[in-house]
Amino acid sequence: MTGLVADFLPALRDAARPAPDGVTDGAGRPAGRRFDVYRNNVAVSLIAALETGFPALRSLIGPENFRHVARRFAAGHPPASPLMMYYGQGFPAFLAKLGALAHIPYLPDVARLELALRDSYHAADHVALTPDALAAIPPERLEHTRLAPAPSVRLLRSDWPVSAIRAFAIRDDAPKPAGGGQDVAVLRRGFDPEPVTLPAGGHAFLRALQAGEPLGKATELGARAAPDFDPGALLGLLLAHDALCQPEERQ
Amino acid sequence: MFDTPHVPLPAKPGIGYKPQHFAAILDDPGAVGWLEIHAENYMGAGGRPIAQLRQLSERFPVSVHGVGLSIGGEGRLDPDHLARLRQLCGWLNPASFSEHLAWSTHDSAFFNDLLPLPYTNATLARVCAHIDELQEVLGRRMLLENPSSYLAFAESSWDEPAFLAEIARRTGCGLLLDVNNVFVSATNLGYDPRRYVGDFALDAVGEIHLGGHDEDHDDHGAPLLIDSHGAEVADPVWALLDHTLALSGPRPVLIEWDTDVPDWPVLEAEAARAAAALARVAA
Repeated sequence: MTGLVADFLPALRDAARPAPDGVTDGAGRPAGRRFDVYRNNVAVSLIAALETGFPALRSLIGPENFRHVARRFAAGHPPASPLMMYYGQGFPAFLAKLGALAHIPYLPDVARLELALRDSYHAADHVALTPDALAAIPPERLEHTRLAPAPSVRLLRSDWPVSAIRAFAIRDDAPKPAGGGQDVAVLRRGFDPEPVTLPAGGHAFLRALQAGEPLGKATELGARAAPDFDPGALLGLLLAHDALCQPEERQ
Repeated sequence: MFDTPHVPLPAKPGIGYKPQHFAAILDDPGAVGWLEIHAENYMGAGGRPIAQLRQLSERFPVSVHGVGLSIGGEGRLDPDHLARLRQLCGWLNPASFSEHLAWSTHDSAFFNDLLPLPYTNATLARVCAHIDELQEVLGRRMLLENPSSYLAFAESSWDEPAFLAEIARRTGCGLLLDVNNVFVSATNLGYDPRRYVGDFALDAVGEIHLGGHDEDHDDHGAPLLIDSHGAEVADPVWALLDHTLALSGPRPVLIEWDTDVPDWPVLEAEAARAAAALARVAA
């Protein structure tokens, strides 16, 4: 048996190499640029997947630059599985090391946010906790109650106004980004994930809930991060976005 | 043998489902009698894709078409991916499951393209072992699709129709005949597409694919057709469909349009054209 992969793969991944031996045009002549069809299909399909997955990034650096960067990334980072919906996990780290884009330092965080949105889109569904259900918990038990964030909740911290930058990149009506860092939660009400800027302390609070801590401990961690942390206001925000799970019935 | 009870695909036109057509399909499917999805797009944990698929599957027979298993790969089939396919086919219980005579994965790197195989006895044994395993895991018979070819392997000792017929004979799998792929490969490799169809194991064919292709040229100026799924089905491919249906009788016929996806009426018109071709052989 031929080393199909051994012959084919290096040429597939490196356009500078000639087509492998043993492949022909059907009339016995070397395959030549016929082999390029496969090279091209692989490159173009991966670039297209990144274009679909990172629209704000593409808008920020321009389609031409994006295609160039995506081609370089794809050549060195083939997908790790056939689930293309998750392709590009390594893209933020790749961008962070790219000298040519070092003058736009917030790009990796925009990429992380776009990954989080895509991830949230495909995350498991849940039954949302209702305000009535939360109100029905006796006050003395609240501190010990564990409220699980929805499986589609994603958290992101950035030194940049990352959510505002993304909105400015893809929406005509978005204001010019201003200010410093943002803590962002991607929340999915129904099927459409949305980045929501968290108040100070909110990130620590939600991280604690995701880790399975009870409300008392999560509030303590939120207040440690921001002395004026208001858990009631944040819970209201989370309920409005269907971002908490209805607790499983336990009797 | 191992077939989970399910409703088979009807001998009507189907289309490759695109989410942008969700509302239009539910509103008025026109000539479209069934839908095909790419398995890998419905392997997330939840969200809109799964919800839409659940809703569509209540109205239409659904065909699950895998594009990522790498049945021709040199390594073992990815057990994680097998498990995902089993899970999807388990809850959806589709009318059909199909995959490709191709490879796409090596050492867990996925190339997102259907790469070609030499038609040797070694490839035959490997592909049959993988299909046996897949059919065992899914508990159902699968269909295997003929590829579009841009080159040939000097070491091939089988022609493609005979190779596919032998796979079907050994594994009990059915075949998916992509008529556009036949036309593309025949043009690219210089053989007669009608003869290919005549040699094909048509009794094993459970589904026919049609799609658009692009035209290019090789180093010698010879025509090089690219299977792009980005345009209307070409006239000679419609003619080859007529030829095929005249030999095979009515079959489920799918329109594939995956890039530069058109508005619904354009896609539905292609399905209507397939309906007319089916009506000619049913009469």
